[in-house]
Amino acid sequence: MTETSASEPQPAGFRWALWLPLALFIAFVALVFYGLVRPADRTIESALIGKPVPAFDLKPAIAARPGLSSAVYQGGKPRLLNIFASWCIPCAVEAPQLDELGKQGVAIDGIAIRDRSEDVSAFLQKNGNPFARIGADNVSAVQLALGSSGVPETFVIDGKGVIRYQHVGVIRPEHVPLILRELKEAGL
Amino acid sequence: MKRLFAMIAALAGLISWLIATPAMAQDSLPPAPYAYRQLDDPALEAKAQDLMETLRCLKCQSQSIADSDAPMAGDMRSQVRERIAAGDEPEAVRAWLVERYGDYVSYAPRVTNLTWPLFVVPLVLLLLATALLWRRFGRGGDKA
Repeated sequence: MTETSASEPQPAGFRWALWLPLALFIAFVALVFYGLVRPADRTIESALIGKPVPAFDLKPAIAARPGLSSAVYQGGKPRLLNIFASWCIPCAVEAPQLDELGKQGVAIDGIAIRDRSEDVSAFLQKNGNPFARIGADNVSAVQLALGSSGVPETFVIDGKGVIRYQHVGVIRPEHVPLILRELKEAGL
Repeated sequence: MKRLFAMIAALAGLISWLIATPAMAQDSLPPAPYAYRQLDDPALEAKAQDLMETLRCLKCQSQSIADSDAPMAGDMRSQVRERIAAGDEPEAVRAWLVERYGDYVSYAPRVTNLTWPLFVVPLVLLLLATALLWRRFGRGGDKA
């Protein structure tokens, strides 16, 4: 076997095939390193963007503001829907930006997730209350219906009740122009 | 000696501060009705359990909602159990969640435009390996 094969001419692709496993291995290592250095984005976007807001009706979270139902999104003007909670520390961080948006004439509604009325009141007293309406979602039912996966999250909903934009996480000061632009595009 | 006492006091202060400051805030409400309670009908509960084991917890993304103690996972379990108890089929509940969160929320593999190579590539490799082995050993056998 060895004598006959040694005298035969080598196939053309022989050298190339020899290096192939090493090349595959290096490509695999490179892929792993790429994944380590640049981990995937774990933000979960709602799949409802561009679709109508699901029907819901929530009881008031505090006595000072009415509750929130999806009917308010048929009013012809875009509104912000902010999902927050008094136990959520980043929500306090974004409160000044919501106040700023409220001062610029944006209609803002809130949904308080798994929260007690007195805690919401204390939170709003401390951080400001830019909300026109606040619904109490004590079992995250509306949050799930909206495709929201945490607090804080903010939705831009246009005058016909279509969800136009979702902001996952804190609205930082540099995000205010972005939110305003999305509201303008939604018809503000 | 005084210094030692001061250091101990400072350390105790630091530890108590660390204990008092929660790393992650949690709400103070009781869990949703069916977060930690099984359905009365064992057949329905088994249906719900099978589904919950294949739904992703959105807060703790490597766990299923059946495995997670995150409040949101509890709320999802409660919703799943309530829907199953109301007569919904498990796949309808899964579809409802996928409509909101995308495929990401489901652990059940699906063949789509994006995922088909995952199913096809192993088959191709298997065929390739069979062909190679056939050429190597099948022919050798013929010659001998």
